[in-house]
Formats: sequence, C-alpha cells, structure tokens
Amino acid sequence: MSVDSVFSHKIWQEEELSKMIEGGVPYPMLSDAGGNVGKLYGVYDEDAGVNIRGRFIIDPDGNILAMEVLTPPVGRNVAELIRQIQAYQHVRETGEVMPSGWQPGKPTLKPGPDLAGKVWKVWKPEKIS
Amino acid sequence: MGEKIEVGCARPIGGPVESSLDENKQTKEKEIIKMSAQVGKKAPDFQAPAFHEGIIKQIKLSDYLGKWVLLCFYPGDFTFV
Repeated sequence: MSVDSVFSHKIWQEEELSKMIEGGVPYPMLSDAGGNVGKLYGVYDEDAGVNIRGRFIIDPDGNILAMEVLTPPVGRNVAELIRQIQAYQHVRETGEVMPSGWQPGKPTLKPGPDLAGKVWKVWKPEKIS
Repeated sequence: MGEKIEVGCARPIGGPVESSLDENKQTKEKEIIKMSAQVGKKAPDFQAPAFHEGIIKQIKLSDYLGKWVLLCFYPGDFTFV
C-alpha cells in the first residue's frame, strides 16, 4: 500500500514488477491517497506526504502480532519477515513458544513451572559471527 | 476477494471503515485520524481501492478475517529500495 494511484500501481506492475517476478506481484496493490490508512497505522510522514516502510503481521482473528517500521533509505529483510510469520503460525498451531533466534525446524519451548530456571538446559545463545 | 469498482477521473480514496467512526463527527467536520495500531490489539479496519489481477477493486481488511494478512506500506511506486 502506498499513496500512489491504482493506475500507477497498474503501470508499475506491468512495466517493472512483472519483469522481476513472473506474473508480477500476486497480491492486491492498495492505493492510499491522502495517507488516511497510513495515519491509522502510524506510518504516514506528513512532511514527505508518503507512507514510510511499515509492515504488520495480522492473524486470522484480525489481531496485529508484529510490526516493523523503517525510515526510507534501508530496505526490509524478507527472510526475517517470513521467519516471524512461520513462528507465529507455529505458536497458533501448537501453543509452543520460540526462543531468541529460532528458525523453522529448531527446538521450541513449552512454558510451564518445570521449565523455570531450566531454559539453559535446552537453549544456547547463538554465536554471532 | 474485493469487489470490482468503476474508476473515473476522481481518484478513489481509502480510509478507516466509517462504521468505526462517530457518525455525527463525520458530517460536522472531518475526523482527524489518529494512529491506533498496536501489537496484540485488533488491526484497525479500513477499505481502499486496489489494483489486483488486472482490475481495480475495493479491498476491506475485515473481509480477510480467517486468513493471515501481511499489510505492507512503502513510500512509492518506482522507488529504488
């Protein structure tokens, strides 16, 4: 979603995005003229008149589970976004929780009295290289 | 999902779903939209026109209840990052 018109979205999709991804982006490209939706989500920059890079993970009940908002010059990390969606979907299915740095397939935690003070046994911090 | 809309010269605009705002305030003066997105809380409902699968549609967030949604804002088409 950006403040551009739907016509701009159409041309961007047809002229550029469809050359980056086969068939173009598959999801709706929303137009937010005036930034009304951006204001609602706290991402509208009044001075520049645009929505800055913000993204919100919304679950099937309509709740916001996670958000990230970046100022314009730095792009997003899609791998981290996908990791978070996978983690939240796993929580929803199993009730298990994910320790720091969790990746799909790695051990999860089952919160409860037995785990208190024992996280060190099942989880080691990752080394940052 | 989303109904096809006819688009003329006036640019269609989106915004909060009106039923969620006070009707009197709507008619007397334009409501100042305040940020109300918070993690762990309901995502504020909105509708907006969209380009999708070759046509212009009206999209409403609450039509997506029951599905996972990624709502993604960006500064503009044809930007570089």
